[in-house]
Amino acid sequence: MSLLDVRDLAVSYDARPAVQGISFTVEPGEVVAVVGESGSGKTTTAHSIIGLLPPNATLDGGRILLGDSDLATWSTRRMESIRGAQIGLIPQDPSNSLNPVKTVGAQIGEVLRIHKRGDRRTISRRVVNLLTRVGLPDPETRARQYPHELSGGMRQRVLIAIAIALEPRLVIADEPTSALDVTVQRRILDLIDDLRAEFGTAVLLVTHDLGIAANRSDRLIVMKDGRIEEQGPSGQVLSDPRAAYTGQLLRDAPALSVREFRAVEQTPEEPTAEPAIVVHNLVKEFRVGRRPFRAVDGVSFEVRPGTTHALVGESGSGKTTTARMVVRFAEPTSGTVTIAGAGTVAAPGTAAGVGTVAGAGAVAGGRAARDFRRHVQLVYQNPYSSLDPRQSIAAIVEEPLRNFRLGDRAARRRRVRDLMERVALPESLLDRRPRELSGGQRQRVAIARALAVDPGVVVLDEAVSALDVTVQAQILDLLEELQRDLGLTYLFISHDLAVVRQISHTVSVMNKGRIVEFGTTQRVFTDPRHDYTRELLAAIPEPVR
Amino acid sequence: MKVLSWLTIALVVLWAVVPALFTGYDPLAGVPAEKLRPPSLEHLFGTDAVGRDLFARVVHGSVHSLSGAFVAVAVGLLAGTLLGLLAGSTGGLLDDAVMRVADVLLSVPGLLLALTVIILLGPGTVNVAIAVGIGSVAAFARLARSEVVRVRRSDYVEAAFGSGGRFPAVLWRHVLPNSLGPIIALAALQFGVAILAISTLGFLGYGAEPPTPEWGLLISEGRNYLATSWWLTTLPGVVVVAVVLAASRISRSIGRDRT
Repeated sequence: MSLLDVRDLAVSYDARPAVQGISFTVEPGEVVAVVGESGSGKTTTAHSIIGLLPPNATLDGGRILLGDSDLATWSTRRMESIRGAQIGLIPQDPSNSLNPVKTVGAQIGEVLRIHKRGDRRTISRRVVNLLTRVGLPDPETRARQYPHELSGGMRQRVLIAIAIALEPRLVIADEPTSALDVTVQRRILDLIDDLRAEFGTAVLLVTHDLGIAANRSDRLIVMKDGRIEEQGPSGQVLSDPRAAYTGQLLRDAPALSVREFRAVEQTPEEPTAEPAIVVHNLVKEFRVGRRPFRAVDGVSFEVRPGTTHALVGESGSGKTTTARMVVRFAEPTSGTVTIAGAGTVAAPGTAAGVGTVAGAGAVAGGRAARDFRRHVQLVYQNPYSSLDPRQSIAAIVEEPLRNFRLGDRAARRRRVRDLMERVALPESLLDRRPRELSGGQRQRVAIARALAVDPGVVVLDEAVSALDVTVQAQILDLLEELQRDLGLTYLFISHDLAVVRQISHTVSVMNKGRIVEFGTTQRVFTDPRHDYTRELLAAIPEPVR
Repeated sequence: MKVLSWLTIALVVLWAVVPALFTGYDPLAGVPAEKLRPPSLEHLFGTDAVGRDLFARVVHGSVHSLSGAFVAVAVGLLAGTLLGLLAGSTGGLLDDAVMRVADVLLSVPGLLLALTVIILLGPGTVNVAIAVGIGSVAAFARLARSEVVRVRRSDYVEAAFGSGGRFPAVLWRHVLPNSLGPIIALAALQFGVAILAISTLGFLGYGAEPPTPEWGLLISEGRNYLATSWWLTTLPGVVVVAVVLAASRISRSIGRDRT
């Protein structure tokens, strides 16, 4: 008999259907991955199994059989006896899933106390055991620490310890690693695998990342718009997808589709051409208390015109700070950034010769700083926050033209239409507000705005990281096309090696504020020379390496 | 409730604009023979000690109270928002200076502050309005600053600078419109508060001169007849309370819509 048997489950939010009659089973000791894009109903499915749907959701029908009991008919009170004991949950975001005013030990102990497993002494012993089991060094100290004293990966381990504390038969992992760096991600997934092997716990892994699903699951369920498009053994679904949607997902997932490397030699520019971006010995120090902290520590690289250079690294590696200094939203402590045609920026107070623009007032200030903006544009990670919610799309795209007083009103209108066409958005969107657009459409608007003043260099700060894979693939295609047509130079900031492999010509790998490896994408991916690069590459799924 | 509040405000505004539609009596000329009549169909709010129709006086008085409140809110809103916008967007020394002055102003009771300003400016309807307005500058400035600081940090403001926007243009196009929601809600609330404050100052004798039918003054004049003629204080008082409640209700609904 199956451990979990979901039949014809249907859930709706305020009468809008989110899950429409899905059926699947989870066998004991098996890992079943539920994949889908945002809005596909995968998280709703997971939450309805453990009875944690938000108040505006209703269970419209279907049965959730855990063994012999139908959880769909159970009261909240009765569900409480099962949560933790029979079904464990590993939540998505480790940074806000723990209570900040309680020690880690107390929070793990809580689940044992609620289900009355032993007295205080045995509970605290068990807490230390659990922390050891999930691989936290020095567990006695950790138990007395508060969540803010732990890193993201350590917090996720604590959440796993809570989920497995009562050795449940089923663990639901809702995007357990999407908030974590790739190397940490791999260790957490390894840990979940180990625990499954040790306790025979079944895992329902909810994820948007096909790469993870492919590598870590026995069976795969592909969801779209609240329905199951396809399910079956992972290997079979991946090698021979039957649903058209699955095929598309596989093609779009950068982690699974092997494309040709983009070679620098193919670019039309002469090898002797002046580099579009030269970053020389860039340093940024922040003051944390009394000690200065070097976020960027002597970074140098060059980017040839018409190519894409990627800065790869994990959170805290200094890649975003570097990008912000390149676009002059931050002042370097020392070092220079030279953009072809836009002059050099040096640290304030250093003599850097003719054509130097002091970093001071870079954000608001002078003529030269404003001129610089015509050459370099930035596209942000989050298209939900980078567009003014009160402006129409037309006004947003037109803004750079108004700022630089380019053309009269009619000419600007025409230019806005052209730009919308360039980024493949229908003109009918011009009167809309950002909130009426999808994430992908918003990111296209942000790109159109960046292109409005014909910049030579576009800095993309995690510009596709917040998007679903199919949308991500479309935006990456758009970026490639724009680069071909307009000869743009990209500085591409990303933590996602699979995406970087696809879009960039050259790569700098950053770790702790330094560039540890630089080279063509092909060389870095096929023949990594630095240990850290090897570790990063080991963390991404097989086909890409 | 929301509809009722808007209706109340609309009615009072109509009183101020076309008082003749609502009452046929002259607010200033009294008929001595009909003094101190209790409310009846003929005199809705009764009559006062010199035989003037109280309802006519309330209706004609609304223009003084409303315009006073309007000026007070305008002074507070404009000066406060401007100061808050400057403080929040430039930061540094100016920010500290403006906010410390605002702290001092907020620590003094509003009525005391208004009285101090009146002593300096001298009594009169406009002066009272300005005094009440100055009393609310600090509250507006503080709220505006907090909103501006929030909006100022957002990606789209940085993006606006990134696309070549100058400081004043970005403030006007992005920061101000996105900070305005809570400020408008506070303005609606302050409208009610200002009516109350102006009436209070009128009651104390700093506002309009008798026989001008200003609401606070009406209540004050009725005080001498509290024991015998309850309507002289109660009915104008009820009108003031209704308007203040309606304004605060509207303020709450604006605040909720915006967030």
